[in-house]
Amino acid sequence: MGVIRRLLVEPPASRRQAAAGEALRAALVILGNPLALAGLAVVVLFLAMAAAAPVLATHDPLAQDLAGRLAPPSPAHWLGTDSLGRDIWSRLVYGSRISLWTVVLVAAIVGPLGLVVGVAAGYLGGLLDAVLMRITDVFMAFPRLLLALAVAAALGPGLDNAILGIAATSWPPYARLARAETLVVRDADYIAAVRLKGASTARILARHVAPLCASSVVVRLTLDMAGTILIAASLGFLGLGAQPPAPEWGAMVASGRQFLVDQWWVSAVPGAAIFVVSLGFNLLGDGLRDVLDPRLR
Amino acid sequence: MKALAARLVVIGRALLRGAAMFAVTLLGLAFVTFAVGRLLPTDPVLAAVGDRASAELYERTRLEMGLDRPLAEQFLAYLGRLARGDLGPSFTTGRSVGEDIATFFPATLELSTVAIVLGAGLGVPLGVAAAARRGRLVDHLARLVALVGYSVPVFWLGLVALLVFYVKLGWAAGPGRLDVVYEYTVPVVTGSVLVDTALTGDPGAFRDALAHIVLPASILGFYSMAYITRMTRAFMLAELGQEYIVAVRAKGAGEGRVLWAHAFRNVAVPLVTVIALAYAHLLEGTVLTETVFAWPGIGLYITQGLFSADLNAVLGGTLVVGVTVLVLNAAADALAGVLDPRTRRRWA
Amino acid sequence: MSALVEVEDLSVTFDTPAGPVAAVAGVSFRLGRERLGIVGESGSGKTQTGRALMGLVRPPGRVTARRLRLAGLDLLALSPRGWPSVRGRRIAMVMQDPRFCLDPVMSVGRQIEETVRIHGGGRRQARERAMDLLAAVRIRDPARVHRAYPHELSGGMGQRAMIAVMLAADPEVLIADEATSALDAHVQNEVLAVLDDLVAARGMGLVMISHDIDMVAGFCDRVLVMSEGRVVETLPAGGLAAADHPYTRALIAATPRLAPAGIGPAGHAAVAGSPRAISENSP
Repeated sequence: MGVIRRLLVEPPASRRQAAAGEALRAALVILGNPLALAGLAVVVLFLAMAAAAPVLATHDPLAQDLAGRLAPPSPAHWLGTDSLGRDIWSRLVYGSRISLWTVVLVAAIVGPLGLVVGVAAGYLGGLLDAVLMRITDVFMAFPRLLLALAVAAALGPGLDNAILGIAATSWPPYARLARAETLVVRDADYIAAVRLKGASTARILARHVAPLCASSVVVRLTLDMAGTILIAASLGFLGLGAQPPAPEWGAMVASGRQFLVDQWWVSAVPGAAIFVVSLGFNLLGDGLRDVLDPRLR
Repeated sequence: MKALAARLVVIGRALLRGAAMFAVTLLGLAFVTFAVGRLLPTDPVLAAVGDRASAELYERTRLEMGLDRPLAEQFLAYLGRLARGDLGPSFTTGRSVGEDIATFFPATLELSTVAIVLGAGLGVPLGVAAAARRGRLVDHLARLVALVGYSVPVFWLGLVALLVFYVKLGWAAGPGRLDVVYEYTVPVVTGSVLVDTALTGDPGAFRDALAHIVLPASILGFYSMAYITRMTRAFMLAELGQEYIVAVRAKGAGEGRVLWAHAFRNVAVPLVTVIALAYAHLLEGTVLTETVFAWPGIGLYITQGLFSADLNAVLGGTLVVGVTVLVLNAAADALAGVLDPRTRRRWA
Repeated sequence: MSALVEVEDLSVTFDTPAGPVAAVAGVSFRLGRERLGIVGESGSGKTQTGRALMGLVRPPGRVTARRLRLAGLDLLALSPRGWPSVRGRRIAMVMQDPRFCLDPVMSVGRQIEETVRIHGGGRRQARERAMDLLAAVRIRDPARVHRAYPHELSGGMGQRAMIAVMLAADPEVLIADEATSALDAHVQNEVLAVLDDLVAARGMGLVMISHDIDMVAGFCDRVLVMSEGRVVETLPAGGLAAADHPYTRALIAATPRLAPAGIGPAGHAAVAGSPRAISENSP
C-alpha cells in the first residue's frame, strides 16, 4: 500500500515512475466508474472464454449430429444445436477465439502501420506528408464496411483475407493521430538536442518520437475494438471471413437465418454474443476516454 | 463593398480547395477499386474466355482487354470508362453494372431517406432533452440509445426485429418491398414504392408498402440515432454553457425559449452537417439491412454479387456508394463552411 | 428612502468535490433609488452577489440569506418557475462583452423586442419600444443597428445595444456587471453617460460591479469593497481618501493613474498633459 501512496502523492523521480503513477490513476478512475467496470468485466470474460475454450466447451464444436439438429436449449445442449446438430454453446466458446484473433491481428497490423505512416508524414513533412495524407483521405472516404468487403471479396473468402480487408480500412485514423502528435513533438527542445548529438533521422523517429505517440495509438486501438468486432461479424455474416465449418459468430447468425421462425436461437444467440462483447469494449473505451479527458463527459 | 469582395474571396478560395480535395479523393476512390479489381487471384482473361479456349483466342482477348498495356494506361482507360458510366458487364444479370445500379439505387435511396427522417426526428429531440435535463432519466436514456446503437450488430438487430414484429406479433410485413400481390401490379413511376403506391390511389397497396418499409427503416433509423443523439446532446451542452445564455435568462426568458429559440437555433446549422454525415453512414448500413430484409437496393445487389462471385457488380456498387458518400461529405463540409454562424462571425 | 433591494447575510456556496467553497459569505446591504458600486478583485464574490440577486446562481452553487427582497418581493421564496417573470421586468443585468452576451444569430432589434414580448408586449409595441430605446442609448442610426447582428457592432455600440435589451421591460433595478471593463477609456465614458441618463430618468436603482475603483467612485453614490466573499468596507463616493481598511487602501494605490506634472502617488514621474481620444470614429 505504501508503494501505491508513493506513486500517487510524491512528485515522480523518473519517467518510469511518472508513467506508473499515471497508469495507477487511470486504473482508479476506471474502477470508480461502474459502467466502465462492467465493460472491463465483459472484456475479461471474453478473454477468459477464448483462453479456456477447451475447458468450457461441452462438445466438439465441429461434431455433427444430424439426428439431433435444431434442438432447443436443454441440459444436454445448453444453447441448443444448429442445422447440422452441432452444439451451439461449444461453437460459441470456440468462436470467441476467432473473434479475439481477428481483433488482435487487426490491431497488430494497423497500429504499427498507422504509427509509421503518421510519424514519417509528421516529422518529414513536405511532399511526403501531402501524399501520405491524401492517401489516408482516400481510404477514410470509403465507407469502412464496403471497402473491407471489396478487398475481402477480391482476395477471396477466408479469415486472413477478411483481416487484411478490415486492416486496410482501419489504419488511416491512426496515421492521422500519430501525425498530429508528431507535429506537436517535432519542434521540442529535447528532439533538437538529440539531433545535435548526431542521431540519424531514423533513430530519432524510432527511439524518441514514436514511443510518445504509441500511448495514444494504443488507447485508440482499444476504443476501436468494438467497431472491429462488428465489421468482422458483418463480413462473417456475408460469407467472407472464416469459412465453414469454423464457428465464426457472424457466419453462425447467417446459417440460422432460414430457421428464424421456429428455431430462432440458432441466429439469436451468436448475435447476442457479438452485441455483448462489442458493448463491453465500448463501455471500457468510454471509461478510458473519461480518463484521458474528463471534460468530455 | 470591399468587405463583401474580401468575403467572397475567402469563400471562393475555400470552395476551390474543397473542390480540389474532392477531385483528388474521387480519383483515389477510382484507383482503389481499380487496384482491388487487379488483386484478383484469378485470371480475368481466363474468366472471360473459359479454360478450354485456344492459345490464340486467349492472346487475342488479352490484347482486347488491354491487359498488355502498362498499368498506368490501363488505369486511364478505366477512368475513361467510368466517365462514360461504364462499370463493366454484370456476370449474373448479363446487363451492364451501370444499368443494374440505376435500377436498384432508388430503393436504397427511399429506405435511407425514410430511415434518416426517423433517426433525426427522434434523435434530435432526444439529444436536446438530454442536454436540457442533464443527469436525469432522459439523459441516461439518450446515452443508452447511443451506446446500444454503437454496439449492436445491425444484421442481428434486423433479424431479431423480424422475429419479434413479423413472426411473433404480426405487426409488420416480412421481407421485400411489397407483397407478391402488388409487386407486379403497381407501376414503377418514381422508383419509390411509397410514392408509387400512393399514386395508384389504392389504400391497400400503400399500407402494404408502409408495412414493408417500417421495419428496415426503423432498424436503420435506430442505427443512425446513436450518432445523431450523441452529437445533438454534445452541441446543445456546449451551447448552453455559453455566456449569452445567461443574458437570455437574465432578461426573463423561460427555459423553453432559452432551449429552442436560442440554443437550438445556434446549433441548427452544424446539426444539418451531422445529419448529412449520418445519411452517408446509413448507406453503409443498408448493405446489411437490405440483405436481411431482401430489400432490392444497392446493398442487396452488392451482397448478391458477392455470393455469385460477380466482381464487377461488387466493385461497381462499392464505387457508386463510395462516391455518393464522398459527395454527401463534401456537401456537408461546404454547407458548414458557408452557413455556420460561427464562421460568419469570424469573417466580420 | 424606501429600499428597492434588501440583502441580509447573503451567502453563495459552491459544493465542490474538495468541500464547500463560499464565493460570497455573509454580505449585507440595502439599495434605494441610488447608485451602489461593488468593487473588488476577481474572486472577491462581487459577480456572484449580482447573480444571486438575479437568481442566476446554478448548481453546484447554493444561495442562502436571512433576507433577500426586491421591492418587497421575497426572492428566497421564488421557485425556478417564478423567476422568469421577475428577471428583466423588475431587475435586469448588463454583462461584460456584448459579442459573447448577445445571441449571435439574432438581430439586435429582435433581441430588444424579445424582452418586451416575453413580458407581455405585443409585436407593434415591441417594435416601437425597440426603436425608442435605441435612440435613448444614443445610437445615431437606430434602423441600421436594429437590423445588425451583435458581431457587426463595435464594443461601445454593442454595449449600448445590450443596455437597450435589458431595459426594454422597464425594470426598477439594474445590475451592471463589469459593463465597461471591456471597453476603451473614452468609449467607457460614453456608455457611462448613457447609463447615467437612463438610470436618472427612470429613477432606477443601480448596482455597478467592477474592479475599477476609480471609475466606480466617480459614478456611484456609495461604494462597497469586497474581498474573499465579504464586505470589507462601505464608503460614500467622495470619501475614498478617508478609506480605513488596508485592503481598500491597497486597491486604491494599485490603480494606475496619470497625475498632472509632478510626482504621482506611486512615486513615478508623471506625464504632463492628458490623453487624447485615440480614434476619431465614434463607436
